[in-house]
Amino acid sequence: MNAHTLKAEEYFIKDEPFYQAVGDEIAVFEAAYNQKLPVLLKGPTGCGKTRFMEYMAWRLKRPLITVSCHDDLTASDLVGRYLISGGETVWVDGPLARSVRTGAICYLDEIVEARKDTMVVIHPLADDRRVLPMEKLGEVLAASSEFCLSVSYNPGYQSVLKDLKQSTRQRFVALEFDYPDAELEARIIAKEADIDLELAGKLVKFAHMTRNLKGSGLEEGASTRLLVHAARLIHDGISPVTACHCAIAQALTDDSEMLTAIDELSSSLF
Amino acid sequence: MPASLSTEDIEQKLDLLLDVEFSFLKTRHHAETLAALPSEKQHYLLVWIDRIASTNIQLAYQFIDQAVAVLDEMDKNTVEDWALYAMDTYDQAGLHKALAVIRDVDYFIRLNHERTYGASYEDQASVLLHFVHGLSGRQLKIDQSNLGQDLAWTDTETIYLPSLIAKLDSCHDNFLLYKITVTFLWAQVRFGTFRAPLQQILEHHDEAENVQQLFHTLESIRLEACIQRELPGLYRDILRIKTHLSINKDNSVLSDLIDQLEQPQCTSQISLELALTNLQHLQSCQSLYYQGMIKPEQVYQTMMDRIDKEKALIKISLADLEEELNKNKSKPGKLDARFTKSEEEDIERTSIEITLDDQPISVPENIRTLSKSILLDLDDIPAEYLEAAGPGEYDPELFKPKEEDPDDVWKGTYHEEGAFLYNEWDYRRQHYRKNWCAMREKSVTPVYDSFVSDTLNKYSGLIKHLRKTFEAMRDENRVLKRQTDGEEVDIDALVEALTDSCDGSEMTDRLYTRMHKSERNIAVVIMVDMSGSTKGWINNAERESLILLCEALETLDDRYAIYGFSGVARKRCELYTIKTFDEPYNSEIKARISGIQPKDYTRMGFAIRHLSKLLNEIDARTRILITISDGKPDDYDNYRGEYGIEDTRRALIEARRDGIHPYCITIDERARDYLPHMYGPAAFTVLDDVQQLPLKVSDIYRRLTI
Ligand SMILES: Nc1ncnc2c1ncn2[C@@H]1O[C@H](COP(=O)(O)OP(=O)(O)OP(=O)(O)O)[C@@H](O)[C@H]1O
Ligand SMILES: [Mg+2]
Repeated sequence: MNAHTLKAEEYFIKDEPFYQAVGDEIAVFEAAYNQKLPVLLKGPTGCGKTRFMEYMAWRLKRPLITVSCHDDLTASDLVGRYLISGGETVWVDGPLARSVRTGAICYLDEIVEARKDTMVVIHPLADDRRVLPMEKLGEVLAASSEFCLSVSYNPGYQSVLKDLKQSTRQRFVALEFDYPDAELEARIIAKEADIDLELAGKLVKFAHMTRNLKGSGLEEGASTRLLVHAARLIHDGISPVTACHCAIAQALTDDSEMLTAIDELSSSLF
Repeated sequence: MPASLSTEDIEQKLDLLLDVEFSFLKTRHHAETLAALPSEKQHYLLVWIDRIASTNIQLAYQFIDQAVAVLDEMDKNTVEDWALYAMDTYDQAGLHKALAVIRDVDYFIRLNHERTYGASYEDQASVLLHFVHGLSGRQLKIDQSNLGQDLAWTDTETIYLPSLIAKLDSCHDNFLLYKITVTFLWAQVRFGTFRAPLQQILEHHDEAENVQQLFHTLESIRLEACIQRELPGLYRDILRIKTHLSINKDNSVLSDLIDQLEQPQCTSQISLELALTNLQHLQSCQSLYYQGMIKPEQVYQTMMDRIDKEKALIKISLADLEEELNKNKSKPGKLDARFTKSEEEDIERTSIEITLDDQPISVPENIRTLSKSILLDLDDIPAEYLEAAGPGEYDPELFKPKEEDPDDVWKGTYHEEGAFLYNEWDYRRQHYRKNWCAMREKSVTPVYDSFVSDTLNKYSGLIKHLRKTFEAMRDENRVLKRQTDGEEVDIDALVEALTDSCDGSEMTDRLYTRMHKSERNIAVVIMVDMSGSTKGWINNAERESLILLCEALETLDDRYAIYGFSGVARKRCELYTIKTFDEPYNSEIKARISGIQPKDYTRMGFAIRHLSKLLNEIDARTRILITISDGKPDDYDNYRGEYGIEDTRRALIEARRDGIHPYCITIDERARDYLPHMYGPAAFTVLDDVQQLPLKVSDIYRRLTI
């Protein structure tokens, strides 16, 4: 509850996070940052968007403030609100206002989940005005030159109601993320979970099997994140088939026939 | 314990059950046999004779003789399974086969044993289908082989499997054998067994049969090596299962070739050459169960059709893509697609690159899928395949799916053809008839006439009133002020409270604002009777009601869908889509409502079952299924009277079990006799006058959901 007492400095990332570049996303993000353009990260869950932001924050030496959006998130959760302290009302900045003031990178994860009214504060920040209206304070806050806004969005499975509006999406430089190709993905997993490359390669193959099932019984195939989870279990001595069952199959579906089929696939492979 | 029946009593009953007046069956002898049994057995058998007679009288007659003989050896469950199996066989294969089931009890007992320890296609199909979809390459379908053929094979699009595998001793191993079989046949497609010019050679060869067999033997060795590399876990299972499958394992003569066949770079062409050169001194082995059989002719046909089709499809898809990309451009760009074959054989990574004026374009899913499939057939994608089709080069009509034959539905793969099979409840049998109804979703041709505007004018006063009453039901997200608890401070309240506390008066604790979230989370399906009897006034009233209801519903956030139902007999059950959940209420929907026409009969079970399924897929707190009808269920193949009512009732029970609230609005004045039985005492309204329908439907909906 004392989040507001944290200083932006504490959001600096000190050690280089491991991020395996897939294309030219690093260069594009850097250019967008220099040009003060906001960035939209598109892509399925668990494909490395959050990790990429951590890496970029480290690389650009800016603090990273992440907000996971949910359907109760309002504009004042982002901007700030009055609290009562010692009989008086005091204003406390929300994460977005804090980033704007201190020149941090603000990353709004799953932006479409947030309430519609949050767009009112995001729009003026995301065009060349770069200002944050703070209605309750009666102020307009201009962003420092180091501030950067970045949002993520998964076009895959949101309902039509939650589609990103044109007026929003046309403000951002878009970077498309997808699962890396097999070799890269295996390398990521081997590194993240400290397992050998051959086993990692098999996990990736298994992931492809589940991705083949997308649309014919599964909503999504296994993400890189799930593969890392399974790999970690294997690293700790769990058998690959069990690890795939617990870390991947169960995470993907509740349908018992589908679960059986996925287990059959993993037991065929390992 | 019921009283024991005399021969005369029994004979009388049998005469009735077996309809001897018309069937001329002699029942005296049977009656005597039954009379000799203890009363409990008499009654038990009479119940089952009655049930079977409802399906077929001859079948029931045969049953009496046999049942008395086996009743002591078989437990009741087995007797019932046997009777039901005979009736199912009657449904699917006719009287002759069903009588055989009754006569050959031993066969059934053996079968029953197999069914207990074996794995059946029916039980495993969906797991196997998911499984084969997970493997790479073309998305294969699976289906049952024709009756009597228990071998597995593939035509490179569908894998045909036996209906039961009971070769091994446990359920699990039998399932494994299914899985291995599926994988093996998948491997034929995936690793190009049929890329070898087998069919061409067989056509001219004197020893065609031997060639085919030896080729199969050699290919099986090659494919097992492929599986070993690709799916080592499954390969371990193969090795284990092999020891249980008794075969003459003498393939020592082959050993020289095995090395060569097991190389990763070995192809089916090499297998074929080896088969031809070694034809004289090599004998093919009997193939193992899971290796299935090959049917070169069927494969060849399927492949030729597909190759032509996919060539056209990919060219058309590229043309469509080009058009799409150039849509809003003043200067159209040039699309260019290129294929580079990857070194390793990895179908998932074959790369097609598409550029528009040298700008890379991400390859759409459908083109990716097509190219995978083409690659499996040709091992390459020829350059001419990647030139976008010119205007009019192909007639798109060529690729439209053909008009379905209603009987095809039972041959499998029906989901893709838009048909669904539903069980139906047979009350006399006290059991479901399996996959008895074939249902298709059809569309209503929109009619753009003055019907809608006439209705809107005619009821303009009522509509205004409805909108107002419906608006009052709205439950929206809104901020509640002065709450004791909430997400935010209510500044106004706080300021007041602070002033109060300065005065010394008591400070209120209602200092927060809270977001009130809508609780109203309703999905409703309106199921409209489109049977022939609605012709005229009723149809008119139904259409008017729908318009009024839509107008009213539009003021709410309730999700709603509208379907019409009708049909002729079980093979042509039809559900007409008027509005799906996803479609907005617009001029097209209005025109469809206007276009609702009376069709055929009133079969209701399938419609309730299908719409329940749709409702269950919707994430809503309350799900409602409203039927608007003019009479009781009725269709010409026995769906009259009690049968139809009982099936409908059963379908409604199923729906309720899934948490759906069914409700019926009808204008049949005799409905009070049967509706309480079908819908329950409080879940229907009977209107005395058609004219009331439009006035009432919305009102009823309001009361239901208030
Ligand atoms: N390119 C990559 N380099 C390094 N690690 C990666 C990469 N891609 C994915 N990972 C691994 O996958 C995990 C999940 O990635 P991350 O949390 O960034 O996903 P995300 O795209 O933010 O997902 P979501 O949309 O669900 O938030 C990471 O913790 C990391 O282990
Ligand atoms: Mg994330």
